[in-house]
Order: sequence, then structure tokens, then C-alpha cells
Amino acid sequence: MARVQLVDLRKTFGAVQAVSRANVVFEEGSFTTLLGPSGCGKTTILRMVSGLETPTSGDILIGDKRINDVPIHKRNLGLVFQNYALFPHRTIGENIAFGLKYRDVPKEDVARKIKESLDIVRLPGVEDRYPSQLSGGQQQRIALARAIVIEPDVLLLDEPLSALDANLREDMRVELKAIQDRIGVTSIFVTHDQSEALAMSDKIIVMSAGQVEQIGTPEEVYNRPASAFVARFLGASNLLDAQVVGRDKNHVVLETPEFGKTAVPLSHAATLGQAERAKLMIRAEKLTLGPKGNSGAEAVVETVDYQGQLARYFLRVGDTQMQAMNMIDEKPFLAGETVSLSLNPNACSALPEDKQE
Amino acid sequence: MRVWSLLKFYTVLVYTFMFAPIMVVLVLAFNSSQFGGFPIEGFSLRWFYALAENDAIIRALRTSVMLGLLTALIATTLGILASVALVRYQFRGKQWITTFLISPVLVPETVLAVGLLIFMRWLHMPRSFALLLIGHSIIALPFVVLVVQARLIGIRKDYEEAARSLGASPLQTFFQITLPLLLPAVFAGALFAFTISFDNITATIFWRPAGMETVPTQIFGMLRNSVSPEINALGFVMICITVGVPLLAGGLARYFSRKKI
Repeated sequence: MARVQLVDLRKTFGAVQAVSRANVVFEEGSFTTLLGPSGCGKTTILRMVSGLETPTSGDILIGDKRINDVPIHKRNLGLVFQNYALFPHRTIGENIAFGLKYRDVPKEDVARKIKESLDIVRLPGVEDRYPSQLSGGQQQRIALARAIVIEPDVLLLDEPLSALDANLREDMRVELKAIQDRIGVTSIFVTHDQSEALAMSDKIIVMSAGQVEQIGTPEEVYNRPASAFVARFLGASNLLDAQVVGRDKNHVVLETPEFGKTAVPLSHAATLGQAERAKLMIRAEKLTLGPKGNSGAEAVVETVDYQGQLARYFLRVGDTQMQAMNMIDEKPFLAGETVSLSLNPNACSALPEDKQE
Repeated sequence: MRVWSLLKFYTVLVYTFMFAPIMVVLVLAFNSSQFGGFPIEGFSLRWFYALAENDAIIRALRTSVMLGLLTALIATTLGILASVALVRYQFRGKQWITTFLISPVLVPETVLAVGLLIFMRWLHMPRSFALLLIGHSIIALPFVVLVVQARLIGIRKDYEEAARSLGASPLQTFFQITLPLLLPAVFAGALFAFTISFDNITATIFWRPAGMETVPTQIFGMLRNSVSPEINALGFVMICITVGVPLLAGGLARYFSRKKI
């Protein structure tokens, strides 16, 4: 077990900047997720830590040791792949024992360790089967057992749940997190699935186009996104063009054509700086519909996406499209209805405009 | 309906045309007649006995088998190494090397044969068994590379990366993971190499040292005198080897893979 540190880590493929200057600390024993759309550089970071890819510049430290030049087979890392990568020509027992062969584990301990690791992933007694005789979920458990039996310093998980079907994925995610808690190994998890990231992580690193956009607890990245990208990527949010019209000790006041003046707490405007233009961000579930005539902006319901206890509304406020997610009280509002739309300023964020805009 | 029966008839004709000569050899091998042709006078194994007592033929057979085995060994080893390099590594001039490795298939065999001969002359090396072996390996190599490469592309890199992350060095990974997964293709490639070497005549005529005969050149030599019935028997043996060895190997491979799962 050890802490992992990336210092100014950079990787280019030809002219493409896959990862640019990442500075990240993965705390000892923590479960950290690298989250982002495909091509954002998250997998490249994982592959650099594992040694499958060589950094263009910058350092990787495990514990206090710089490991840039340590070949992969001497790094003592556990690696779990999206496609399990169990050796098809070897039994489950042989798969798990593979890493022990290179670690001078006495023979009598090997069988015990295999058994213990199978107990941890709750698949006892499958030692003599071949990988093709197990289901996808079972194979992924074996892959996990094979990675943890060597007692790695760091566990690297490359979209391990993506190949499983939806129900199984949610079960596995709870179980994977429970196993990680139990053995306490520093884990780096790569995914593009926001719900996996939110459910499992101690810390989330949101990435986009090779850049680290935000590092924070699941709650922080969800409730206080640092950029418009993070706000759009996680959850359903509305981003409105706004003018900064005032600042005081605790608030930034934004003015939007739709909602007039909104005083956003400073803690929700940390990345705004002194800009004059901003984006006002409101989560869909923090935007409340009321009958026409209540206070708030007037909006027309365009589409209703009925989901049982929830309804998702697509609305038009003036020329702006917005979405809201509300619990249904008795019956949902109908398409075509005019409603009043209100927001809680304390649930809003003030974000800098996108760099490319 | 009539079109279909016509097509069937035609197909049968084509296959007959293709296989009749082979059938003729197979049948005539058992003809007791003095002359290597029709009519058939009676069933006999005498030509096989004559074959077994013919020292020249036994020597030729021994040469051919030895040559085939060594060719298979060399071509397969080189083919595996080349395939791993071409599939798993990126380097400059990769396209050129691929073309270069495959080119012996494209170049007419006579040209290849003369070329190698001139090259050896230039090095002041006489024609020898070694030259024959090098030549056969060159001819067989493309087939091994094509078969092994195709299989290697299908083996995901994950397996090797997983093995490496678990502590295996590159060499250990190759012998523990890559090679076992490649084995069916390696086996097929080796068989290809053996049969190609065993069948070869054109290039062999150019390369063989004086006094050395392989089975095909021996048959060719014997034909110059007359169509002896012994040749039919020898043809029978050759067909059995070139058809039988791959069939046997395929059967064995299926048997072992079934046993495992």
C-alpha cells in the first residue's frame, strides 16, 4: 500500500496531447476515480502508472520512489482490465497463482492464498475450472482476485465494470467497493460512467481533453463543479449566460434575462475570479415547477418524460431551453402548460465561461 | 431445375478432372503388372516391397524427411519471431519488411532458385544440404508468417499486459502466455513448412548438391527412363504423407482441445 503522486505528468502521441501536466496525489488507501469522456486521457494516466505507457515528461511516484524507469513487472501493481484478460489456457487456480510464482511464495502458502482470495471475491471452489466456463461477472471477480492476491502497492482498475450488463454492474460496484474497503489498497479506478464514480469514490478527478478539470469528493464535484464542462458531464444541469453585476463579502450577484438577479454564495463561485461574464449553473433537480402565478420565471412545458416517482420536464423560458427534474406531487404538469419556475440561489453555482467560447 | 442438375453435373466433372490423375496413381500402385499403366492385371503389394528394397529411394526419403523437419523448425522459429515483431512492435520500415518477408511467394520459384544460387556462388560456397535447407526455409517462411500473424492479431494484448503486471518479464510472458496461445497457428505453420519442403521440386533441382536426391527429384529422375510401377507406389506413399500428416495433426489437436474443456 502506498500513495501515488503524479508530478507535471505529460504524454503526447505525435502531435496529440493525451495528458497535459497532470499534478495529482492519490492518497494511501483511498479509492480515486479518473472520470471523463473517452479520449480525455484517463486511461493514458492509468497506463503510465502501470508502466504500459512511458510518460513524455514528468514523474510518477509510488510511496517516495520515482518509478518512471522501473519496468512494469517490477512495480508490484494489481491491474484489472475491462475484458478481464484471464489467461484462457490456464485454470482459475493457475490464473490466480500466476503472480505468486514471481514472488517466492512457498508452495504450501500458494494454495492457501488462492483459497483466501477466492473467498474474498465470494467464488470459492472454482480453482479447477477454466475461464470460459465462468460468466462475465464471475470472470471479473477472478481477475480481481488475481490482482489482489499479490498484495499490490496500488490497484489499477481500467473500466472493470463496463463489459457487464446493467444489473450486474450495480451489484459488482457495491461489492468492489466493499472489497477495497476491506483490504484497504490504494485504488485508481478509470470510468466514463458518472454514477459509478459518484457511488464508489473517495475522490473524483474529472478530466477533459487531457486536462484535469476538477479534483474533489463526489459531493464537491457534483454540487460545486469548477467548470461548465464538469457541470455538463455530471448530472443534468442548466447553464445560463449571465452578467456579473455585483460582489460582496459572501456573494456574487449574477443577472440573467430569465431569472433576473441571483446572489450565489462565494463558496459556489470559487473558480470565477474577477470575470465580468459568467455561467449560472442550476441542477435540474434544484429547479422547481409551480402553478402559474407563483413567484419565479414564467416557463412553458414542452415535453414531459414521466419516470414514476419523478418527472423530467423540458421547458422553454423565453428563448432558452431548460430542464427540470421534480418529484411528482399527485400528478405531473402537462406538456403545453404554462408554469412558474423558481430556483434556490444557494443551490446555484457561478462558473467561468468555457475557454473555447 | 434443369439448370441445377446441369450445374451439379458440371461440378462433378471438374472434380473428376482434378482428382482422377491422383486416383490413377493410387490404384495403379497396387497393380501387379510389369508396366506402370493400364490394364490392371491383379492386386499386389510387390511394388511396395521393391520400393523398400531400393536404396536410392530410401536415401531420398530420408533426405526429404530430414529436410522437411529442419525446414519446419527453422521457418517456424523465424516466422514466430517475425510475427511478434510485426504485430506487437512499432518501428520504421515495417511495411517494407512485411512485403520483403512475403515476397518469396510472389517471385517465380525459378527466379528465386537462380538468385540464391548466384548469391552462394558469389560467396564462394558450394551447393550443399545447408543451401537446400536455407532455400526451403525461405520458401516456407511466408506461409508461417501469414498463419502466425493472423492468429497473433486475434490475441488481445491484455493477456500479455496482465502477465507483465503480475511480475512476468517480457521473455517469461512470451513463453508462459503468448506462445501457448499461439500454439495452434505455430503447429499449422510448421505443417505447412514441412509439406512445402517435402513437395518442392523446382527449386530443389537447382540447389541440391551432386548426388543428393529428395523424393520428388528421385521420381523425376526415374521418370526419365520409364514409368516404372515403383513410381506409382512411391506416389502413393507421398500422397499418404502429405495428406495424412495434416489430417492426423488436426485430429490430435481436436482431441487435446476437447480433453481440456
